[in-house]
Amino acid sequence: MPDGPLKLAVPRGALLGETLDILDAVGVDTSEPRGDSRSLIFETPQMTLVTMRPSDVPTYVESGAADVGITGKDVLLEQSDRVVYELVDLGFGRCTMVLAARTGNDRLAEAQRRLGMMRIATKYPRIAERYFESTGRQVELVEVKGSVELAPLVGLGDGIVDLVATGRTLEENELEVREEIVECTARFVANRVAHKLRAAEIDELTARLKEAAT
Amino acid sequence: MIHPIPPGTRDVLPDEMREMRKLKAALIEVFEARGYGEVSTPAIEYDEVMAQADGPGRASYRFFDESGELLTLRSDMTVPIARLVATRFASAGEPPFRLSYLANGYRPVRPQRGQMREFVQAGVELIGAAADEGTVEVIEVLEAALDAAGLGRAVIGLGDADLYRQLLEELGVEGEARDSVLASLATHDLVGLEQKLLDAGIGAERAQTCVELTQLRGGSEVLEQARGLGGEAVERATTSLSRTYEELQRRGVADRVQIDLGLLRDLGYYSGAILEVYDPALGYVLGGGGRYDGLMKHFGLDLSAAGFALYLDRVHTAQLEEARRA
Repeated sequence: MPDGPLKLAVPRGALLGETLDILDAVGVDTSEPRGDSRSLIFETPQMTLVTMRPSDVPTYVESGAADVGITGKDVLLEQSDRVVYELVDLGFGRCTMVLAARTGNDRLAEAQRRLGMMRIATKYPRIAERYFESTGRQVELVEVKGSVELAPLVGLGDGIVDLVATGRTLEENELEVREEIVECTARFVANRVAHKLRAAEIDELTARLKEAAT
Repeated sequence: MIHPIPPGTRDVLPDEMREMRKLKAALIEVFEARGYGEVSTPAIEYDEVMAQADGPGRASYRFFDESGELLTLRSDMTVPIARLVATRFASAGEPPFRLSYLANGYRPVRPQRGQMREFVQAGVELIGAAADEGTVEVIEVLEAALDAAGLGRAVIGLGDADLYRQLLEELGVEGEARDSVLASLATHDLVGLEQKLLDAGIGAERAQTCVELTQLRGGSEVLEQARGLGGEAVERATTSLSRTYEELQRRGVADRVQIDLGLLRDLGYYSGAILEVYDPALGYVLGGGGRYDGLMKHFGLDLSAAGFALYLDRVHTAQLEEARRA
């Protein structure tokens, strides 16, 4: 957690647009990251923006390589062992973690009934594990990295646990939501030491983000 | 030929060893100069001794000896020293007893996270000194230790371990709702904290107040702000913190102490004042401590107690980072 301007971890990908919008709203100049530069670090007059995959944000913030950051609640839940302060629900990037299976097919229920165990493909093994454990069901989790919708179509698993925003991807792959697990939105997080030692700066940013988020 | 060692353990080679020895010598000199004699205790204790510490700090490595006794590797030095004082000092003169140590502790690690299963701590325990004075003395020793380590910029967070337990009791939040609120506090999840407080039915305004309370950290002004938020639990905690802080000011050692009403320690035995140590060059906590007035009772002595422990590897890393910065 070195000195100098505050370092904010910015998620690339689906959350990037709205993250830059809310940063604009709190007075951070985002013209550079909006350009077509291929750099990963942008020095703005207000703070340093460090861009990265959303799932890397907790890693950078926990270690103090970034003082604060923005990422999805799904990422924070999946990496719940990372120690970061979760300060603000930013409200955007809303999506739902769901259990989905093939439309009009009772393979999921049948596996549960006849085998006592469902096979679930997911990119979120820890969220899935906690969910099935808390609902008293036994599952075999298959972790995949890419398009998880593929798995039940070719017989890798009876269902999937995945993040759904509009539901279109599910529909196009003839999958339907069976259970909703948790709602996820973008969150503002802070490093534990930065939260203590740069309290004034972080409190001010927190207050402005809270206001912008409502 | 590579012969691996277990994850979370490591070999120390001469360059590092030389620096570590210097650091250890500097710390022990500070401790001894203030009357904290160094002690050593076995790394292996009876499991029932270490079990006096509840919570996540509890020792995890257990095994049987040749006669079937359950043994454990110590997870810290506070519990062994409490045992030692009760056993060896109970009839050996008047408290307070001042002891220090440089010792290895053993805790479980999460895989691939650079966490150490075996780590070195340096610390002191002050047993049998009156509450406020004891806390102040321990903070003074901690400051001297940080100076001796060359960490002039390090900051000590000072909080209250009982605040939220008492506050929730006062608000009538009990049972599962209470545990789930405390879990959010422990994981620093303020979004979840507010939601759970709302779910517990204490009303939006009080929920908001609790969340604000966790964010109060700074100089003595935060005590005033906290009092403004009201309640008996807050009154008790702020009164006790302000007594300690005023005494620190009187002795001229309050500058690097940050009062923090959001501070929590995950070891079960703390009560009253708690401490955490940060250095701006490092993203993680260097060490911590506080009062553990209830612990000695488990060993049959009714004595108040306080202490701190620094993780030496982290202090060493901070020294390196501070030197790079200079």
